[in-house]
Amino acid sequence: MTPDDLVPTIGLEVHMHLATRTKLFCGCRVEYDARPNSRCCPVCLGMPGVLPVMNEKAVELAVRMALALGCTIPDLAKWDRKHYYYPDLPKNYQISEYDQPLGVGGHMDIPVEGGTKRIGIIRVHLEEDAGKLMHAEGGGNTSVVDLNRTGTPLLEIVSQPDLSSAEEVRAYSTALRQLAVYLGVGQCNMQLGQMRFEPNISLRIGTGPDGKPRYTPIAEIKNLNSFRSVERAVAFEIARHREEYAADPEGYTLERRGKETRGWNDEEGVTFLQRSKEEAHDYRYFPEPDLVPLVPDRQWVEAIRRTVPELPEARQRRFMADYGLPEYDAHVLTADREVADFFEALAALTKDAKAASNWVMQDVMRILNELKVGITEIRIEPGDVAAVSDMVYSEKINRATGSQVLQIIVDTGKSAEEIVSEENLAQTSDAGTLEAIVEKVIADNPGPAADYRGGKKAAIGRLMGEAMKASGGKANPQVVRSLLEEKLGG
Amino acid sequence: MDATILTARQIRDAFRSGDLSAAEATEVSLAAIERLDPVVKAFLSLDPAGARRRAARLDRRRAQGGPLGMLAGVPVAVKDNMCTDDGQATTCASRILEGWKAPYNAHVVERLLAEDAVIVGKTNLDEFAMGSSTENSGFFTTRNPWHTGYVPGGSSGGSAAAVASRMVPVALGSDTGGSIRQPAALCGVVGMKPTYGRVSRYGLVAFASSLDQIGPFARTVEDAALLLQAIAGHDPRDSTSAPEPAPDYLAALQEPIEGLRIGLPKEFFGEGLDPEVEQMVREAIGAYEAAGARVVEIDLPHVTDIAIATYYIVATSEASSNLARYDGVHYGYRSSGHTDMIDMYMRTRAEGFGEEVKRRIMLGTYALSAGYYDAYYKKALQVRRLIRQDFEAAFRRVDCIMGPTSPTAAFRVGERASDPLAMYLSDVYTVSANLAAIAGISVPCGFTAAGLPVGLQILSDVFTEDRLLRIARMHECRTDWAARVPPVCEGAS
Repeated sequence: MTPDDLVPTIGLEVHMHLATRTKLFCGCRVEYDARPNSRCCPVCLGMPGVLPVMNEKAVELAVRMALALGCTIPDLAKWDRKHYYYPDLPKNYQISEYDQPLGVGGHMDIPVEGGTKRIGIIRVHLEEDAGKLMHAEGGGNTSVVDLNRTGTPLLEIVSQPDLSSAEEVRAYSTALRQLAVYLGVGQCNMQLGQMRFEPNISLRIGTGPDGKPRYTPIAEIKNLNSFRSVERAVAFEIARHREEYAADPEGYTLERRGKETRGWNDEEGVTFLQRSKEEAHDYRYFPEPDLVPLVPDRQWVEAIRRTVPELPEARQRRFMADYGLPEYDAHVLTADREVADFFEALAALTKDAKAASNWVMQDVMRILNELKVGITEIRIEPGDVAAVSDMVYSEKINRATGSQVLQIIVDTGKSAEEIVSEENLAQTSDAGTLEAIVEKVIADNPGPAADYRGGKKAAIGRLMGEAMKASGGKANPQVVRSLLEEKLGG
Repeated sequence: MDATILTARQIRDAFRSGDLSAAEATEVSLAAIERLDPVVKAFLSLDPAGARRRAARLDRRRAQGGPLGMLAGVPVAVKDNMCTDDGQATTCASRILEGWKAPYNAHVVERLLAEDAVIVGKTNLDEFAMGSSTENSGFFTTRNPWHTGYVPGGSSGGSAAAVASRMVPVALGSDTGGSIRQPAALCGVVGMKPTYGRVSRYGLVAFASSLDQIGPFARTVEDAALLLQAIAGHDPRDSTSAPEPAPDYLAALQEPIEGLRIGLPKEFFGEGLDPEVEQMVREAIGAYEAAGARVVEIDLPHVTDIAIATYYIVATSEASSNLARYDGVHYGYRSSGHTDMIDMYMRTRAEGFGEEVKRRIMLGTYALSAGYYDAYYKKALQVRRLIRQDFEAAFRRVDCIMGPTSPTAAFRVGERASDPLAMYLSDVYTVSANLAAIAGISVPCGFTAAGLPVGLQILSDVFTEDRLLRIARMHECRTDWAARVPPVCEGAS
C-alpha cells in the first residue's frame, strides 16, 4: 500500500462552554472580562472542606444538546473524578463523567461534496473547566494562574472516528458550533476559548493477515481553539503520518507505537510530541462521592425535547419541500434560526415563496451584512417586507424601488406606504407619459436603436436602462419594454 | 456553683434562667483548659478572646430579653478538621495546613453559632483524621484523662479528652471508621456517629467523603441529643445531606422502649476481644435483658476482617483523591528549595504530610490505579453492598445491635505506633457502621481494673437516631459512670 492510499480516520473531541450564568458546581458568575481571580469562591478554589453542588441549568443545556444530536439520555449518569496534577486545577482532580455519560449514541450530518455525510456521536458529557495558567514573559521561572474560568461548565462531545479529511473536520466543527448557537446551548466564541478541539488522527493502512484493519499510531492533538487551527493541524498530521509510514511501513503502526499526545505550534504550523504511550497519564477515575448520580426525570427530558427547535438541516429540507425553494435558498435561509423564522413569517404573508426568499436573501441579508447586525436588531418586520412585496406584485412600484423602500424603512422606521407617497416613488404605467420618454430615448440613442432594428435584440437593454433613468426609476419596466418594441417596429 | 460539673443542658437552662452568665460559663471552661490542658493536650488552638466577646454579647442579649438558642452560653470545642472563620487556624493536625485560616465556617460551625454556643477552641486529632490514638497528629499526642500514659483514642481524641476532663461539656468530632465512638469509649464519654447524610459535611475537611460524618461528644446521652439537634438537618451545600427534617431528639428521650429487641452478632465477640471488655459489655447487655429487653443472636457474615479490608480500600482511595489538593500551589505549606514545579509538588507533600497520611495516600493511589481498580476499589464497593445488606437483614429482626466499641480499653502511648496493622484492627467493630451508613453510639459501661473506661457500642438503622438515643439513655439511667471524675481533674495524672 502506498502512503497516498492510506485512509485518514479521525475522531474529534469538542469542548464547549455552556451558556449558564453561573459555574457548574458553585454560584460564581461565569464572566470572561473580570479581573483575574475575582470570580472565585472556596468551592471553585478547591479549599479544604468544600463540596460541589450541581448546576441544574448546565444539565438542562447539556441534555438539550444531546437530544439535538439524536443521543439517548440514559436513566443514570454518574460523576467521576479524573486526577492529574496541574496548578490550574486547584483540587488536582476534575469532576467529569467517565463511564456513564448523560448522552450516548447520536449523530450529526455534515455537508460534503455531492451530499451529506453522517458522523456518529459516541457520547456527550458534562465536566468542569480548569483555570488559566500564564507563564511569565521573558522566560522567568514563575507562573501565575487566573481561576475565574475554573469550574465553568464544559460540554464534551466525542465523535466516532468517521471523519476522513481536514475539510470534514472543519465542516463537522462548524456544524456543531452552528447547532450549539442555534439551540442557545453555548455562544462558542473562539476568542474567549468557549470552543476547543482535540482531534484523534490515524490512517488506515489496509487489512492485516487476521482480516482486521490496521492503522498508523493514533495522534491526539491537544488544545486547538479555532476552526483554522484544527483544520491545519489535522492536515499537517495526515501528511506527517504518510511520511512516517513511507519511511517505515512495518514499524509505524498502532500495534507497535500506540497512542501519543501532541501539541500544535500555530506560528510554525507544526505539531510536536508531548507524551508518548509510555508516559500516558493514569487518571485514576473513580465515582465522585460528593455528588449523587444524575437520574434525569423522564418528563423533564421530554419537556426539554419539546424545546429543541427544528434543526437547520431538517428545516432546510422542509423549506425545499414545502416552499419549493432551491437548495441554495433553503440552505442560506436556515443557517441562522432568526432569519429562518423571519422568512417563514414573511412567506405566510405573501403568495410567492420564491419572491419572499429573494426579498430576504437579496435585500434583508444585504442590509444585515452592511450593518453587521442580527435580523432582530434592525427596524424591519416581516409585515414591512410583505407590504413592499405586495406593492411590487400589484405593480404600484417596481422591484428596484422596492429594494430602495426597504432600505428607507430600516433607516427611518417609517411604513412602506408613507415612504412611497412621501418620496413620490409610485410606479408610472401611464402610456402617454412613458411614450414621450421612449420616443426621446430612441431619438437620443440612434446607435442601439439601429442595432435592434438590425436584429441585435439585446440592444434593447441599453434603451431600457436609459428610459428607466429618464423616469427617475419609477417607470413600469414592462410598459417601457412593450412601448420600445412597438416603436422600434419589433 | 461549680460549672465544670454541669451538663450543656444545665448550663443552657441556668443561663436562660439567669442563674449563670455566659461569661461565667466561659471563664469556667477557659480556667479548666488553662489548668488541665498542659497535661491533657486536647487543644490545638484556643480562642479565649473570641469566646469572651461572644459570651459578653450573649449576656447583653439575655439582659435585653433577646431570643436565645438551644445551646445558649454553652462552651463547645470543635475538632480541628472543621472550618472556622474566626481567626483560628484549621489544620487537621497536619503540618501541610499549619496556620491555614479558612475563609468560611463549616455548616456545623454556623449551626453552633446560630444556637448561641461559645466556641472556645479546636481540638487535636490524628492528622487528617487518620488514626485511632492522636499519635498521628503532626503536632503532639493528646493524653487520656483517666491515665495520661495512655492514648485517648482517635482520631477525635482531642474532643473526647476535652469532654472527659470537663474542659467543655460537649464537643464535635468526626467519624470515618470509628473516630468518634472509639475515643468516646476510651475516654469514658458518650460519642455518636449519626447516619451518613444526617449532618452536613460542608466545611468538614474531607478524609473519606462517602464515610465521613460529624457527630457529638458529651458526658450524657441527653447532651449528645441536644448537640445533635443543633447540627442535624438538610443543607443544600452538601448533595449527600438527607432531605428529611431531623426529628425532636429530646422529646421522648427519657421514655424506655418497650419490648426492645437487641441483636448480638457473634462477629463482635470473637478473637482479639479483651476479656475484661467483653465482661463489661455482656453485663451491660444483661442489664437491658433484666429490664425486659429480648436478646437475639444474629449473623453479620461480612462484618469481620473483610470489613476492615473493605474499609481501608474505600477510605484510602477516597483519601488519596481528597488530599491531592495539598500541593503547595494555592494555600498551606509550600516547600522551599525546589527546582521546578514537579519538585515543588514532591517536596511539599513529602515534608508536609506525616507517615500515616503518606501510607494511606499510597495505598489509595495504588487501589485506584489502572489495572487494579476492578480488583480493589470496585470489589470493595461490592463487599460494601453486602455489608449493608447484612445490616438490613438484621434490622428486620432487631431494633438495635450491641457489642463492644473497641476490642480493648485505651493502650499506652507508643504501644502500637510502630504496628499500623494492629492499629487498623482496633477499628474492627466500628468501621462497618460507616460502610453501611447506619447510626452508632458509644456509651460508657464500666472501667477495667487499671481504671480505664470501656464503651458499649449500640448500632441502629439509618435515620433512627431518636430511637438509638432512647436506647442509650435506658442504659445510662441505671448507671453512674457519667458521674465519675477522671483523676487528671483532681490534680493526679
